[in-house]
Amino acid sequence: MAIHSVGYAIPVTWFLTVGAMLFCIGLFGMMVRRSAIGMLLSIELLLNAANINLVAFGSYLKIPVIAGQIFTVFVITLAAAEAAVGLAIVINIYRNEQHIDADKISAMKL
Amino acid sequence: MIEYAWLIPVLPVIAFALIIAFGRKLHGEGASVAIGGMLASLVISFTIAAQWFLGGASKLHDGLYSVVIPWMPVAGKTIDMGFSVDALTIVMLIVVTVVASMIMIYSIGYMHGDKRYPRYFAYLSLFSAAMLALVVANNILLMFMSWELVGLTSYLLIGFWFEKPSAMRACKKAFLVTRVGDVGFLAGMILLYLQTGSMNLFGEAGVFEHLNEIQGFVHVGPWMIPLIALAGLLLFCGAVGKSAQFPLHVWLPDAMEGPTPVSALIHAATMVAAGVYLIARMYPVFLADTSHIALNVVAYTGAFTALFAASIGIAQNDIKRILAYSTVSQLGYMVMALGVFGYAAAMFHLMTHAFFKAQLFLGSGSVIHGTGTQDIREMGGLRKKMPWTYWTFLISTLSLCGIPFVTAGGWSKEEILTVAFFTNKPVFIAAVIGAFTTAFYMFRLVYKTFHGEPRNHEIHVHESPKVMLVPMVVLATLAVVAGYVGTPFANGFEHNLAPVLGEHYEKALKTALESSGFHAGFHWNIFWIGTLAALSGIGLATIIWLKPILKIEKLEPAFGWLAKIVENKYYIDEIYQATIIRALMLAAAMYWFDKWVIDYCIVNGVGYLSLILAQIWGWFDNNIIDGLVNLSGWMTGFGGRVLRQFQTGVSQQYIFLMVVALVLMSIVFLVGHLSEVKWVIGFFQQ
Repeated sequence: MAIHSVGYAIPVTWFLTVGAMLFCIGLFGMMVRRSAIGMLLSIELLLNAANINLVAFGSYLKIPVIAGQIFTVFVITLAAAEAAVGLAIVINIYRNEQHIDADKISAMKL
Repeated sequence: MIEYAWLIPVLPVIAFALIIAFGRKLHGEGASVAIGGMLASLVISFTIAAQWFLGGASKLHDGLYSVVIPWMPVAGKTIDMGFSVDALTIVMLIVVTVVASMIMIYSIGYMHGDKRYPRYFAYLSLFSAAMLALVVANNILLMFMSWELVGLTSYLLIGFWFEKPSAMRACKKAFLVTRVGDVGFLAGMILLYLQTGSMNLFGEAGVFEHLNEIQGFVHVGPWMIPLIALAGLLLFCGAVGKSAQFPLHVWLPDAMEGPTPVSALIHAATMVAAGVYLIARMYPVFLADTSHIALNVVAYTGAFTALFAASIGIAQNDIKRILAYSTVSQLGYMVMALGVFGYAAAMFHLMTHAFFKAQLFLGSGSVIHGTGTQDIREMGGLRKKMPWTYWTFLISTLSLCGIPFVTAGGWSKEEILTVAFFTNKPVFIAAVIGAFTTAFYMFRLVYKTFHGEPRNHEIHVHESPKVMLVPMVVLATLAVVAGYVGTPFANGFEHNLAPVLGEHYEKALKTALESSGFHAGFHWNIFWIGTLAALSGIGLATIIWLKPILKIEKLEPAFGWLAKIVENKYYIDEIYQATIIRALMLAAAMYWFDKWVIDYCIVNGVGYLSLILAQIWGWFDNNIIDGLVNLSGWMTGFGGRVLRQFQTGVSQQYIFLMVVALVLMSIVFLVGHLSEVKWVIGFFQQ
């Protein structure tokens, strides 16, 4: 399978740049979003930024393995599970506190 | 009625309890209750006396009516309690109840307005009860208990005005000095109990039946003293304390700090006579001692006291103190009479003395009440302003001086002199000199108080109220008529009293008297000696103070030094101060040394030193050691507090910190691995 894309015009740096930008957006969102839902969305962005990197590295490898793509599938699965658990937590928080503002949730704080 | 004799001491006890419980709520603020109880006892006593002497009860009961009930079992034996009635008891019952009821009535006037008025009557009732119990007791232990109770009430009444420091000291002194004698009484009681195995006086198993079995001797220094004589001497110790005989007489003059009716009742008529009564009651013990050692001691002690106290009486200026020394002197007469086998004479003198001395004290109380002073130098000329007091006082004084035929004191003194004349000449001489001295100082008192011109015009004298005068008149009457029961011509008193001793000892007494050549009756020679002694005493007092033929100023250089010694009571108090009290003070100093130097400085010092060291160590431990421990704890806490600032619970901040840390770590990593970074960059750039 000649999927070597070495000869393609798009260098790996570009992919990495996109991944880095997505990561930064996700990180920024994590830090500034008050809403728990927003934070979950930002996590998705972070994971996907990592996925892009994985896929990019995988396709630029000189040996014929698809470890990067497979790892990405795992990450997507994990992200789905994480989203399910995270949303469940958010719903419970909303039921208890009538809001989902992460800043104000401090019931477990000393 | 005799079977109700136990009621005589019980009624005043009930009065005492009622007054203590209800006090001022009672009628007459308690006085009526006290007097009611006392008068009831008086009626019972007189009824018993009438039945005994006139109704033939004496013959019916063979001279002694005694009731015994078991009291407490001790070591396989039972100590009994009970009362007995015989002629001696009845004499004492009549004396005590008559004098006590008269004095209680008098006290209504004298104590009027006192702030502790009910308590005064409560104490008087308790005293009367104790005294009457002492009289009717037929058991040494019961006697001793009443004896001590009498001492206690005496203490309470001397110190009745305890706000006065002198009264406070006097009551302590009286209590402690009489205690010295009481120890002897207690020891004598124990000795008799050990030897005879009984506390009861009468009956088959009683003490008096077993006195002959006491045969032992005790060695006192070089002498051998029979145990029975020792028992007598120990009992006499009790009498010396209570009856204020030399050398324990010092408390009685000080006891005059109490209210005057108390002085009259307790310190003149009844309580101080308890010592005489004790000797009389225990007379078989003295007679059983065939060597008569104890009786000789009794006789000489009494004679010495009679003379000694009378001489002090000359130089006193406090009306009550003169009477107090006169009391000591007269008690000496009674003790002396007992010592020279004058059993009935002593009891007769006890009775007459109780009446006239109680009257004299009540008279002096009336004078004090009227003038507000006790110093005879400030009185004078009271005769006209207080006629009732004057005449009753004069009658009693004549009785005390022993004016023959007319007064009671004349008869009783006559009888004592007669007995002493036959049995013991030195004692007789002392008694005659005592009679002279007594007449001398008593008339000095009468002249200075009632005759002459008033010396202090600032005092407004008034006669006392009737409630005070009536008892005085009654007692003055008794001071005259009481003597007619025992005249030498028809001596009913002695006739009735002699069987009290029991057949055996009555005979012993008679033998002792007859061996000295004594024969009862009236002796002109003794009569003249006694009468002349009294009259010359009165005469000397008259020419010095009433019609000053002998100027007191002229006597001063000749007798000044003597007067000074006498005025200071022969320095007995000072001698006690210098010897006994000094020794006690030395003991107190040793105690002080022990307490302050040994205990306080050394023992406590070591303790304090340890304490201080321990406190230093404690401080070091608390502050330095614990401080270090606390510091580490605080440091941890501080670190925790600082670090806690990062644990905000805000997830964004965690993420931010994570990012910052990641970035920093990345930079550090990248700087450290610059060559690899260049390689990676180069890899991507190819």
